[in-house]
Amino acid sequence: MTKTPAGSRLARLATDPGNILSLVCFVALMTVWELGTRYGYVAAYLLPPPSEIVAQMARDLTSPVVQRDIFTTISEILIGLALGAMLGISLGAAIALFPLVEKVVWPYIVTMQTIPKIAVAPLIIIWAGFGIQSKILIVMMICFFPILVNAVAGFKGTDSRQILLMQIIGANAWQTFVKVRLPQAVPFLIAGFRIAVVLSVIGAVVGEFLGATHGVGSLIIRRQAEMKVSGVFSAVFILSMVGLTLNFAVKLAARKYAFWAETSNQLNT
Amino acid sequence: MSSSAAPSSGSGQPRSYIEVDRVAKRYRAQHSTPVDAIREVNLSIDKGEFVSIVGPSGCGKSTLLKIIGRLTAPSSGSITYYDGGAPIERPRIGMVFQDAVLLPWRTVMDNVMLPVEVAGVDMEVGRQRALDLLALVGLAGFGDKYPHELSGGMQQRASISRALVTDPGLLLMDEPFGALDALTREHMGLELQRIWSESRKTVIFVTHSISEAVFLSDRVIVMSDRPSTISMDVRIDLPRPRTFEMMATPQFGTQVTEIRNKLLAKTEF
Repeated sequence: MTKTPAGSRLARLATDPGNILSLVCFVALMTVWELGTRYGYVAAYLLPPPSEIVAQMARDLTSPVVQRDIFTTISEILIGLALGAMLGISLGAAIALFPLVEKVVWPYIVTMQTIPKIAVAPLIIIWAGFGIQSKILIVMMICFFPILVNAVAGFKGTDSRQILLMQIIGANAWQTFVKVRLPQAVPFLIAGFRIAVVLSVIGAVVGEFLGATHGVGSLIIRRQAEMKVSGVFSAVFILSMVGLTLNFAVKLAARKYAFWAETSNQLNT
Repeated sequence: MSSSAAPSSGSGQPRSYIEVDRVAKRYRAQHSTPVDAIREVNLSIDKGEFVSIVGPSGCGKSTLLKIIGRLTAPSSGSITYYDGGAPIERPRIGMVFQDAVLLPWRTVMDNVMLPVEVAGVDMEVGRQRALDLLALVGLAGFGDKYPHELSGGMQQRASISRALVTDPGLLLMDEPFGALDALTREHMGLELQRIWSESRKTVIFVTHSISEAVFLSDRVIVMSDRPSTISMDVRIDLPRPRTFEMMATPQFGTQVTEIRNKLLAKTEF
Protein backbone atom coordinates (compact mmCIF):
# COMPACT_ATOMS: atom_id res chain seq x y z
CA MET A 1 0.00 0.00 0.00
CA THR A 2 1.08 3.56 -0.62
CA LYS A 3 0.68 4.48 2.98
CA THR A 4 3.79 6.58 3.40
CA PRO A 5 3.09 9.32 0.81
CA ALA A 6 -0.58 9.56 1.75
CA GLY A 7 0.29 9.65 5.44
CA SER A 8 2.95 12.30 4.99
CA ARG A 9 0.57 14.35 2.88
CA LEU A 10 -2.06 14.18 5.59
CA ALA A 11 0.59 15.14 8.14
CA ARG A 12 1.58 18.11 6.00
CA LEU A 13 -2.07 19.22 5.67
CA ALA A 14 -2.62 18.86 9.40
CA THR A 15 0.43 20.92 10.37
CA ASP A 16 -0.07 23.74 7.86
CA PRO A 17 -0.77 26.92 9.91
CA GLY A 18 -3.27 28.17 7.32
CA ASN A 19 -5.24 24.94 7.51
CA ILE A 20 -5.20 24.94 11.30
CA LEU A 21 -6.47 28.51 11.41
CA SER A 22 -9.15 27.68 8.86
CA LEU A 23 -10.33 24.76 10.99
CA VAL A 24 -10.34 26.92 14.13
CA CYS A 25 -12.53 29.49 12.37
CA PHE A 26 -14.94 26.76 11.23
CA VAL A 27 -15.28 25.32 14.72
CA ALA A 28 -15.74 28.82 16.22
CA LEU A 29 -18.44 29.71 13.70
CA MET A 30 -20.31 26.44 14.26
CA THR A 31 -20.13 26.90 18.02
CA VAL A 32 -21.52 30.43 17.87
CA TRP A 33 -24.25 29.31 15.48
CA GLU A 34 -25.14 26.26 17.59
CA LEU A 35 -25.22 28.15 20.90
CA GLY A 36 -26.92 31.21 19.39
CA THR A 37 -29.86 29.20 18.12
CA ARG A 38 -29.98 26.76 21.02
CA TYR A 39 -30.27 29.55 23.61
CA GLY A 40 -32.85 31.50 21.65
CA TYR A 41 -30.90 34.49 20.34
CA VAL A 42 -32.17 33.52 16.87
CA ALA A 43 -35.51 31.80 16.34
CA ALA A 44 -34.85 28.13 15.58
CA TYR A 45 -37.60 27.97 12.98
CA LEU A 46 -35.73 30.67 11.01
CA LEU A 47 -32.21 29.35 11.57
CA PRO A 48 -31.95 25.83 12.95
CA PRO A 49 -28.75 24.86 14.82
CA PRO A 50 -26.05 23.02 12.80
CA SER A 51 -26.63 19.82 14.78
CA GLU A 52 -30.22 19.71 13.60
CA ILE A 53 -29.14 20.30 9.96
CA VAL A 54 -26.61 17.47 10.22
CA ALA A 55 -29.28 15.18 11.67
CA GLN A 56 -31.64 16.16 8.85
CA MET A 57 -28.94 15.42 6.25
CA ALA A 58 -28.39 11.98 7.75
CA ARG A 59 -32.14 11.28 7.50
CA ASP A 60 -32.26 12.67 3.94
CA LEU A 61 -29.37 10.62 2.64
CA THR A 62 -31.06 7.41 3.80
CA SER A 63 -34.57 8.36 2.71
CA PRO A 64 -35.67 6.71 -0.57
CA VAL A 65 -37.70 9.80 -1.51
CA VAL A 66 -34.75 12.16 -1.18
CA GLN A 67 -32.45 9.62 -2.81
CA ARG A 68 -34.72 9.68 -5.82
CA ASP A 69 -34.55 13.48 -5.86
CA ILE A 70 -30.75 13.36 -5.73
CA PHE A 71 -30.63 10.74 -8.46
CA THR A 72 -32.94 12.84 -10.66
CA THR A 73 -30.84 15.99 -10.26
CA ILE A 74 -27.57 14.16 -10.87
CA SER A 75 -29.05 12.58 -14.02
CA GLU A 76 -30.15 15.97 -15.31
CA ILE A 77 -26.71 17.41 -14.64
CA LEU A 78 -24.71 14.56 -16.19
CA ILE A 79 -26.86 14.10 -19.29
CA GLY A 80 -27.15 17.86 -19.87
CA LEU A 81 -23.44 18.31 -19.34
CA ALA A 82 -22.61 15.48 -21.74
CA LEU A 83 -24.93 16.83 -24.45
CA GLY A 84 -23.72 20.40 -23.98
CA ALA A 85 -20.10 19.22 -24.14
CA MET A 86 -20.67 17.16 -27.29
CA LEU A 87 -22.38 20.07 -29.00
CA GLY A 88 -19.87 22.63 -27.73
CA ILE A 89 -16.79 20.61 -28.62
CA SER A 90 -17.95 19.64 -32.11
CA LEU A 91 -19.21 23.11 -33.00
CA GLY A 92 -16.08 24.64 -31.43
CA ALA A 93 -13.87 22.42 -33.57
CA ALA A 94 -15.86 23.29 -36.70
CA ILE A 95 -15.63 27.02 -35.95
CA ALA A 96 -11.89 26.83 -35.28
CA LEU A 97 -11.06 24.72 -38.33
CA PHE A 98 -13.45 26.01 -41.01
CA PRO A 99 -13.43 29.81 -41.55
CA LEU A 100 -16.76 29.63 -43.38
CA VAL A 101 -18.49 28.05 -40.38
CA GLU A 102 -16.98 30.70 -38.15
CA LYS A 103 -18.21 33.48 -40.42
CA VAL A 104 -21.75 32.12 -40.55
CA VAL A 105 -22.19 30.98 -36.95
CA TRP A 106 -20.13 33.38 -34.84
CA PRO A 107 -22.49 36.40 -34.95
CA TYR A 108 -25.29 34.20 -33.57
CA ILE A 109 -23.02 32.85 -30.86
CA VAL A 110 -22.00 36.35 -29.77
CA THR A 111 -25.63 37.51 -29.71
CA MET A 112 -26.85 34.47 -27.81
CA GLN A 113 -24.04 34.78 -25.30
CA THR A 114 -25.40 38.13 -24.15
CA ILE A 115 -28.73 36.52 -23.24
CA PRO A 116 -28.84 35.31 -19.63
CA LYS A 117 -29.58 31.64 -20.31
CA ILE A 118 -31.62 31.31 -17.11
CA ALA A 119 -34.08 33.88 -18.51
CA VAL A 120 -34.97 31.43 -21.29
CA ALA A 121 -35.61 28.56 -18.86
CA PRO A 122 -39.39 29.28 -18.46
CA LEU A 123 -39.75 28.94 -22.25
CA ILE A 124 -38.04 25.59 -22.17
CA ILE A 125 -40.45 24.40 -19.44
CA ILE A 126 -43.32 25.40 -21.74
CA TRP A 127 -41.80 23.56 -24.67
CA ALA A 128 -40.43 20.45 -22.98
CA GLY A 129 -42.74 20.03 -19.98
CA PHE A 130 -42.20 19.40 -16.26
CA GLY A 131 -40.23 16.19 -16.71
CA ILE A 132 -36.52 15.56 -16.72
CA GLN A 133 -36.19 16.55 -20.41
CA SER A 134 -36.68 20.27 -19.84
CA LYS A 135 -34.00 20.32 -17.10
CA ILE A 136 -31.58 18.42 -19.34
CA LEU A 137 -32.16 21.04 -22.03
CA ILE A 138 -31.58 23.89 -19.58
CA VAL A 139 -28.36 22.33 -18.28
CA MET A 140 -27.22 21.64 -21.84
CA MET A 141 -27.89 25.23 -22.91
CA ILE A 142 -26.13 26.72 -19.92
CA CYS A 143 -23.05 24.42 -20.24
CA PHE A 144 -22.79 24.79 -23.98
CA PHE A 145 -21.32 28.29 -24.10
CA PRO A 146 -18.31 28.06 -21.77
CA ILE A 147 -17.34 24.76 -23.38
CA LEU A 148 -17.79 26.15 -26.89
CA VAL A 149 -15.73 29.28 -26.24
CA ASN A 150 -12.90 27.26 -24.70
CA ALA A 151 -13.06 24.65 -27.47
CA VAL A 152 -12.66 27.37 -30.12
CA ALA A 153 -9.64 28.78 -28.26
CA GLY A 154 -8.20 25.29 -27.81
CA PHE A 155 -8.58 24.13 -31.39
CA LYS A 156 -7.27 27.44 -32.71
CA GLY A 157 -4.25 27.38 -30.44
CA THR A 158 -2.45 24.62 -32.33
CA ASP A 159 1.26 25.16 -32.87
CA SER A 160 1.81 25.63 -36.61
CA ARG A 161 5.10 23.73 -36.41
CA GLN A 162 3.27 20.69 -35.07
CA ILE A 163 0.95 20.89 -38.06
CA LEU A 164 3.94 21.18 -40.41
CA LEU A 165 5.43 18.12 -38.72
CA MET A 166 2.25 16.14 -39.35
CA GLN A 167 2.32 17.29 -42.97
CA ILE A 168 5.91 16.09 -43.37
CA ILE A 169 5.22 12.63 -41.98
CA GLY A 170 2.31 12.37 -44.41
CA ALA A 171 -0.58 12.59 -41.95
CA ASN A 172 -4.08 13.19 -43.31
CA ALA A 173 -6.48 15.73 -41.83
CA TRP A 174 -8.13 13.17 -39.51
CA GLN A 175 -4.79 11.93 -38.13
CA THR A 176 -3.69 15.52 -37.55
CA PHE A 177 -6.94 16.17 -35.70
CA VAL A 178 -6.79 13.11 -33.49
CA LYS A 179 -3.06 13.16 -32.75
CA VAL A 180 -2.38 16.91 -32.50
CA ARG A 181 -5.37 19.23 -32.50
CA LEU A 182 -7.54 17.30 -30.05
CA PRO A 183 -4.95 16.50 -27.35
CA GLN A 184 -3.67 20.05 -27.69
CA ALA A 185 -7.16 21.39 -26.96
CA VAL A 186 -7.77 19.18 -23.90
CA PRO A 187 -6.49 21.67 -21.27
CA PHE A 188 -8.83 24.28 -22.74
CA LEU A 189 -11.74 21.83 -22.76
CA ILE A 190 -11.08 21.05 -19.11
CA ALA A 191 -11.04 24.77 -18.31
CA GLY A 192 -14.44 24.98 -20.02
CA PHE A 193 -15.72 22.02 -18.01
CA ARG A 194 -14.68 23.67 -14.77
CA ILE A 195 -17.05 26.54 -15.48
CA ALA A 196 -19.73 24.31 -16.98
CA VAL A 197 -19.84 22.03 -13.92
CA VAL A 198 -20.70 24.94 -11.62
CA LEU A 199 -23.31 26.27 -14.04
CA SER A 200 -24.85 22.82 -14.59
CA VAL A 201 -25.91 22.56 -10.92
CA ILE A 202 -27.44 26.04 -11.09
CA GLY A 203 -29.23 25.14 -14.33
CA ALA A 204 -30.74 21.93 -12.94
CA VAL A 205 -31.91 23.56 -9.71
CA VAL A 206 -33.41 26.63 -11.37
CA GLY A 207 -35.15 24.36 -13.87
CA GLU A 208 -36.64 22.40 -11.00
CA PHE A 209 -37.72 25.60 -9.22
CA LEU A 210 -39.75 26.50 -12.28
CA GLY A 211 -41.68 23.28 -12.24
CA ALA A 212 -40.74 19.71 -11.50
CA THR A 213 -42.03 16.68 -9.69
CA HIS A 214 -38.62 15.35 -8.62
CA GLY A 215 -35.16 16.68 -7.95
CA VAL A 216 -33.30 18.45 -5.16
CA GLY A 217 -34.51 21.81 -6.48
CA SER A 218 -38.14 20.73 -6.18
CA LEU A 219 -37.34 19.29 -2.74
CA ILE A 220 -36.22 22.78 -1.69
CA ILE A 221 -39.47 24.28 -2.99
CA ARG A 222 -41.55 21.64 -1.18
CA ARG A 223 -39.73 22.27 2.09
CA GLN A 224 -39.98 26.02 1.64
CA ALA A 225 -43.75 25.61 1.41
CA GLU A 226 -43.67 23.67 4.70
CA MET A 227 -41.35 26.29 6.29
CA LYS A 228 -38.98 23.43 7.04
CA VAL A 229 -35.77 25.47 7.14
CA SER A 230 -33.46 22.66 8.32
CA GLY A 231 -34.74 20.61 5.35
CA VAL A 232 -33.85 23.45 2.95
CA PHE A 233 -30.39 23.70 4.48
CA SER A 234 -29.93 19.95 4.15
CA ALA A 235 -30.91 20.06 0.45
CA VAL A 236 -28.56 22.97 -0.16
CA PHE A 237 -25.64 21.12 1.41
CA ILE A 238 -26.48 18.01 -0.63
CA LEU A 239 -26.29 20.16 -3.79
CA SER A 240 -22.98 21.51 -2.60
CA MET A 241 -21.71 17.94 -2.21
CA VAL A 242 -22.79 17.15 -5.77
CA GLY A 243 -20.94 20.24 -7.02
CA LEU A 244 -17.80 19.38 -5.05
CA THR A 245 -17.79 15.83 -6.42
CA LEU A 246 -18.10 17.07 -10.02
CA ASN A 247 -15.38 19.61 -9.42
CA PHE A 248 -13.13 16.90 -8.01
CA ALA A 249 -13.77 14.71 -11.07
CA VAL A 250 -12.70 17.56 -13.37
CA LYS A 251 -9.57 18.04 -11.25
CA LEU A 252 -8.71 14.36 -11.63
CA ALA A 253 -9.22 14.61 -15.39
CA ALA A 254 -6.93 17.66 -15.49
CA ARG A 255 -4.23 15.81 -13.60
CA LYS A 256 -4.46 12.88 -15.99
CA TYR A 257 -4.91 14.57 -19.36
CA ALA A 258 -3.60 18.12 -19.00
CA PHE A 259 -0.55 17.57 -16.79
CA TRP A 260 1.72 18.77 -19.59
CA ALA A 261 0.09 22.15 -20.07
CA GLU A 262 1.07 25.28 -18.20
CA THR A 263 -2.58 26.09 -17.63
CA SER A 264 -2.98 22.78 -15.81
CA ASN A 265 -1.10 24.32 -12.89
CA GLN A 266 -4.02 26.65 -12.45
CA LEU A 267 -6.43 23.79 -13.01
CA ASN A 268 -4.84 21.73 -10.27
CA THR A 269 -5.20 24.34 -7.56
CA MET B 1 37.70 23.32 -55.05
CA SER B 2 34.81 25.64 -55.69
CA SER B 3 32.56 26.23 -58.62
CA SER B 4 29.41 28.19 -59.22
CA ALA B 5 26.30 26.12 -59.67
CA ALA B 6 25.72 24.98 -63.21
CA PRO B 7 22.28 24.20 -64.61
CA SER B 8 21.96 20.44 -64.79
CA SER B 9 19.46 20.27 -67.59
CA GLY B 10 21.79 18.66 -70.14
CA SER B 11 20.04 15.72 -71.70
CA GLY B 12 22.86 13.17 -71.63
CA GLN B 13 24.05 13.86 -68.08
CA PRO B 14 23.43 11.31 -65.34
CA ARG B 15 20.71 12.51 -62.97
CA SER B 16 21.49 13.11 -59.33
CA TYR B 17 19.17 11.98 -56.54
CA ILE B 18 17.58 15.43 -56.23
CA GLU B 19 17.47 17.88 -59.13
CA VAL B 20 16.42 21.44 -58.28
CA ASP B 21 15.76 23.11 -61.60
CA ARG B 22 15.40 26.91 -61.90
CA VAL B 23 13.37 27.19 -58.73
CA ALA B 24 12.03 30.63 -57.82
CA LYS B 25 9.70 31.74 -55.03
CA ARG B 26 7.74 34.95 -54.94
CA TYR B 27 5.51 35.84 -52.02
CA ARG B 28 2.43 37.84 -52.89
CA ALA B 29 1.60 40.36 -50.24
CA GLN B 30 -1.96 41.62 -50.26
CA HIS B 31 -1.49 45.38 -50.44
CA SER B 32 2.15 45.78 -51.40
CA THR B 33 4.48 44.70 -54.14
CA PRO B 34 5.31 40.99 -54.26
CA VAL B 35 8.52 39.90 -52.54
CA ASP B 36 11.02 37.76 -54.40
CA ALA B 37 12.43 35.35 -51.84
CA ILE B 38 14.34 33.13 -54.25
CA ARG B 39 15.29 34.35 -57.72
CA GLU B 40 16.67 31.20 -59.27
CA VAL B 41 18.24 28.13 -57.77
CA ASN B 42 19.73 25.19 -59.63
CA LEU B 43 21.10 22.39 -57.51
CA SER B 44 21.95 18.71 -57.83
CA ILE B 45 22.31 16.57 -54.74
CA ASP B 46 23.62 13.01 -54.80
CA LYS B 47 22.31 10.14 -52.76
CA GLY B 48 24.02 9.90 -49.38
CA GLU B 49 25.46 13.40 -49.64
CA PHE B 50 25.57 15.75 -46.65
CA VAL B 51 24.87 19.23 -48.01
CA SER B 52 24.73 22.39 -45.91
CA ILE B 53 23.08 25.64 -46.92
CA VAL B 54 24.43 28.85 -45.39
CA GLY B 55 23.47 32.44 -46.10
CA PRO B 56 22.40 35.72 -44.52
CA SER B 57 19.26 35.88 -42.39
CA GLY B 58 16.04 35.89 -44.38
CA CYS B 59 17.70 34.76 -47.59
CA GLY B 60 15.19 31.99 -48.12
CA LYS B 61 17.24 29.01 -46.89
CA SER B 62 14.31 27.55 -44.98
CA THR B 63 11.98 28.29 -47.89
CA LEU B 64 14.29 26.38 -50.23
CA LEU B 65 14.34 23.49 -47.76
CA LYS B 66 10.53 23.37 -47.70
CA ILE B 67 10.36 23.56 -51.48
CA ILE B 68 12.77 20.63 -51.77
CA GLY B 69 10.61 18.68 -49.31
CA ARG B 70 7.53 19.62 -51.38
CA LEU B 71 5.98 21.30 -48.34
CA THR B 72 5.75 24.60 -50.21
CA ALA B 73 5.20 24.96 -53.93
CA PRO B 74 7.75 27.02 -55.88
CA SER B 75 6.46 29.93 -57.98
CA SER B 76 8.33 28.49 -60.93
CA GLY B 77 10.82 25.72 -61.61
CA SER B 78 10.72 22.12 -60.47
CA ILE B 79 12.07 19.59 -57.99
CA THR B 80 12.57 16.08 -59.30
CA TYR B 81 13.80 12.99 -57.49
CA TYR B 82 15.67 10.33 -59.44
CA ASP B 83 16.73 6.80 -58.78
CA GLY B 84 19.11 5.27 -61.32
CA GLY B 85 18.31 7.99 -63.84
CA ALA B 86 14.54 7.49 -63.73
CA PRO B 87 12.27 9.98 -61.95
CA ILE B 88 10.62 8.67 -58.78
CA GLU B 89 8.02 9.84 -56.26
CA ARG B 90 9.15 12.08 -53.43
CA PRO B 91 10.89 9.78 -50.96
CA ARG B 92 9.84 9.65 -47.33
CA ILE B 93 11.21 12.68 -45.52
CA GLY B 94 12.42 13.21 -41.99
CA MET B 95 12.61 16.76 -40.73
CA VAL B 96 14.33 18.35 -37.76
CA PHE B 97 13.41 21.90 -36.80
CA GLN B 98 15.21 24.53 -34.76
CA ASP B 99 13.06 23.49 -31.80
CA ALA B 100 12.45 19.82 -31.16
CA VAL B 101 8.65 20.22 -31.70
CA LEU B 102 7.89 17.21 -29.54
CA LEU B 103 4.25 16.74 -28.57
CA PRO B 104 4.29 17.53 -24.83
CA TRP B 105 1.48 15.09 -23.97
CA ARG B 106 3.38 12.12 -25.40
CA THR B 107 6.34 10.32 -23.87
CA VAL B 108 9.66 10.38 -25.72
CA MET B 109 8.99 6.89 -27.05
CA ASP B 110 5.50 7.82 -28.25
CA ASN B 111 6.89 10.94 -29.90
CA VAL B 112 9.47 8.89 -31.80
CA MET B 113 6.69 6.46 -32.77
CA LEU B 114 4.44 9.20 -34.18
CA PRO B 115 5.59 8.83 -37.83
CA VAL B 116 5.25 5.05 -37.54
CA GLU B 117 1.64 5.40 -36.34
CA VAL B 118 0.82 7.82 -39.12
CA ALA B 119 2.49 5.76 -41.84
CA GLY B 120 0.60 2.69 -40.63
CA VAL B 121 3.63 0.43 -40.90
CA ASP B 122 4.28 -2.52 -38.60
CA MET B 123 4.18 -1.16 -35.02
CA GLU B 124 6.44 -3.88 -33.61
CA VAL B 125 9.13 -3.28 -36.22
CA GLY B 126 8.73 0.45 -35.63
CA ARG B 127 9.02 0.04 -31.86
CA GLN B 128 12.24 -1.92 -32.20
CA ARG B 129 13.61 0.68 -34.60
CA ALA B 130 12.61 3.48 -32.24
CA LEU B 131 14.46 1.74 -29.39
CA ASP B 132 17.55 1.33 -31.58
CA LEU B 133 17.44 4.97 -32.64
CA LEU B 134 17.00 6.21 -29.07
CA ALA B 135 20.08 4.18 -28.20
CA LEU B 136 21.89 5.60 -31.23
CA VAL B 137 21.27 9.19 -30.12
CA GLY B 138 22.18 8.38 -26.51
CA LEU B 139 18.67 8.35 -25.08
CA ALA B 140 18.41 4.68 -24.16
CA GLY B 141 16.21 4.40 -21.06
CA PHE B 142 14.56 7.79 -21.56
CA GLY B 143 11.63 6.46 -23.59
CA ASP B 144 9.15 6.78 -20.72
CA LYS B 145 10.07 10.38 -19.89
CA TYR B 146 8.01 13.33 -21.04
CA PRO B 147 9.64 16.07 -23.16
CA HIS B 148 9.59 18.65 -20.36
CA GLU B 149 11.72 16.30 -18.28
CA LEU B 150 14.56 16.46 -20.85
CA SER B 151 17.15 19.17 -21.56
CA GLY B 152 17.06 21.07 -24.86
CA GLY B 153 19.85 18.94 -26.32
CA MET B 154 18.13 15.70 -25.32
CA GLN B 155 14.83 16.89 -26.81
CA GLN B 156 16.60 17.64 -30.07
CA ARG B 157 18.15 14.15 -30.10
CA ALA B 158 14.69 12.68 -29.59
CA SER B 159 13.46 14.68 -32.57
CA ILE B 160 16.35 13.33 -34.67
CA SER B 161 15.26 9.79 -33.70
CA ARG B 162 11.74 10.68 -34.75
CA ALA B 163 12.99 11.98 -38.10
CA LEU B 164 14.85 8.72 -38.77
CA VAL B 165 12.29 6.20 -37.46
CA THR B 166 10.54 5.49 -40.76
CA ASP B 167 13.91 5.14 -42.52
CA PRO B 168 13.40 8.20 -44.76
CA GLY B 169 15.33 8.72 -47.98
CA LEU B 170 16.01 12.33 -47.15
CA LEU B 171 16.67 14.20 -43.92
CA LEU B 172 15.92 17.93 -43.87
CA MET B 173 17.42 19.87 -40.98
CA ASP B 174 16.43 23.50 -40.49
CA GLU B 175 18.94 25.06 -38.09
CA PRO B 176 18.55 22.08 -35.78
CA PHE B 177 21.13 23.25 -33.24
CA GLY B 178 20.24 26.95 -33.38
CA ALA B 179 18.47 26.92 -30.01
CA LEU B 180 21.24 25.09 -28.13
CA ASP B 181 24.12 26.54 -26.12
CA ALA B 182 27.57 26.59 -27.77
CA LEU B 183 28.97 23.56 -25.97
CA THR B 184 25.91 21.36 -26.52
CA ARG B 185 25.87 22.51 -30.11
CA GLU B 186 29.42 21.34 -30.84
CA HIS B 187 28.70 18.05 -29.14
CA MET B 188 25.51 17.59 -31.18
CA GLY B 189 27.50 18.24 -34.37
CA LEU B 190 29.82 15.40 -33.49
CA GLU B 191 26.83 13.18 -32.67
CA LEU B 192 25.13 14.03 -35.94
CA GLN B 193 28.25 13.10 -37.89
CA ARG B 194 28.31 9.74 -36.13
CA ILE B 195 24.58 9.16 -36.78
CA TRP B 196 24.99 10.16 -40.42
CA SER B 197 28.02 7.91 -40.95
CA GLU B 198 25.97 4.97 -39.59
CA SER B 199 22.77 5.70 -41.50
CA ARG B 200 24.23 7.31 -44.67
CA LYS B 201 21.13 9.38 -45.30
CA THR B 202 21.02 12.21 -47.79
CA VAL B 203 21.00 15.27 -45.54
CA ILE B 204 20.22 18.90 -46.32
CA PHE B 205 21.30 21.00 -43.37
CA VAL B 206 20.45 24.69 -43.04
CA THR B 207 22.64 26.62 -40.60
CA HIS B 208 23.95 30.07 -39.69
CA SER B 209 27.26 28.68 -38.53
CA ILE B 210 29.90 28.42 -41.26
CA SER B 211 32.23 26.28 -39.14
CA GLU B 212 29.35 23.91 -38.32
CA ALA B 213 28.60 23.61 -42.04
CA VAL B 214 32.24 22.92 -42.94
CA PHE B 215 32.61 20.47 -40.07
CA LEU B 216 29.63 18.35 -41.08
CA SER B 217 29.29 18.59 -44.85
CA ASP B 218 30.45 17.07 -48.09
CA ARG B 219 29.35 20.29 -49.74
CA VAL B 220 28.45 23.76 -48.58
CA ILE B 221 26.01 25.86 -50.61
CA VAL B 222 26.26 29.62 -50.03
CA MET B 223 23.15 31.62 -50.81
CA SER B 224 23.13 35.32 -51.59
CA ASP B 225 20.91 37.97 -50.04
CA ARG B 226 17.26 38.24 -51.19
CA PRO B 227 16.23 37.65 -53.94
CA SER B 228 18.61 34.79 -53.47
CA THR B 229 20.56 32.57 -55.77
CA ILE B 230 23.41 30.21 -55.09
CA SER B 231 26.55 32.32 -54.95
CA MET B 232 28.97 29.51 -54.12
CA ASP B 233 29.06 25.72 -54.04
CA VAL B 234 32.08 24.43 -52.11
CA ARG B 235 33.18 20.82 -51.81
CA ILE B 236 34.67 20.02 -48.41
CA ASP B 237 37.44 17.47 -48.82
CA LEU B 238 38.47 17.12 -45.19
CA PRO B 239 38.88 13.47 -44.19
CA ARG B 240 36.25 11.77 -42.04
CA PRO B 241 35.57 11.16 -39.25
CA ARG B 242 36.10 14.80 -38.43
CA THR B 243 37.22 15.80 -34.97
CA PHE B 244 37.34 18.95 -32.86
CA GLU B 245 41.17 18.96 -33.35
CA MET B 246 40.60 19.23 -37.08
CA MET B 247 38.83 22.54 -36.54
CA ALA B 248 42.21 23.99 -35.53
CA THR B 249 43.97 22.96 -38.77
CA PRO B 250 44.84 25.52 -41.50
CA GLN B 251 42.84 23.51 -44.07
CA PHE B 252 39.67 23.89 -42.04
CA GLY B 253 40.38 27.57 -41.44
CA THR B 254 40.96 28.22 -45.14
CA GLN B 255 37.59 26.78 -46.14
CA VAL B 256 35.75 28.65 -43.41
CA THR B 257 37.45 31.90 -44.40
CA GLU B 258 36.70 31.40 -48.08
CA ILE B 259 32.99 30.99 -47.34
CA ARG B 260 32.91 33.82 -44.82
CA ASN B 261 34.51 36.24 -47.34
CA LYS B 262 31.93 35.31 -49.93
CA LEU B 263 29.12 35.91 -47.45
CA LEU B 264 30.57 39.21 -46.20
CA ALA B 265 31.12 40.53 -49.73
CA LYS B 266 27.48 40.03 -50.59
CA THR B 267 25.85 41.10 -47.36
CA GLU B 268 24.86 44.60 -46.38
CA PHE B 269 24.82 45.27 -42.67
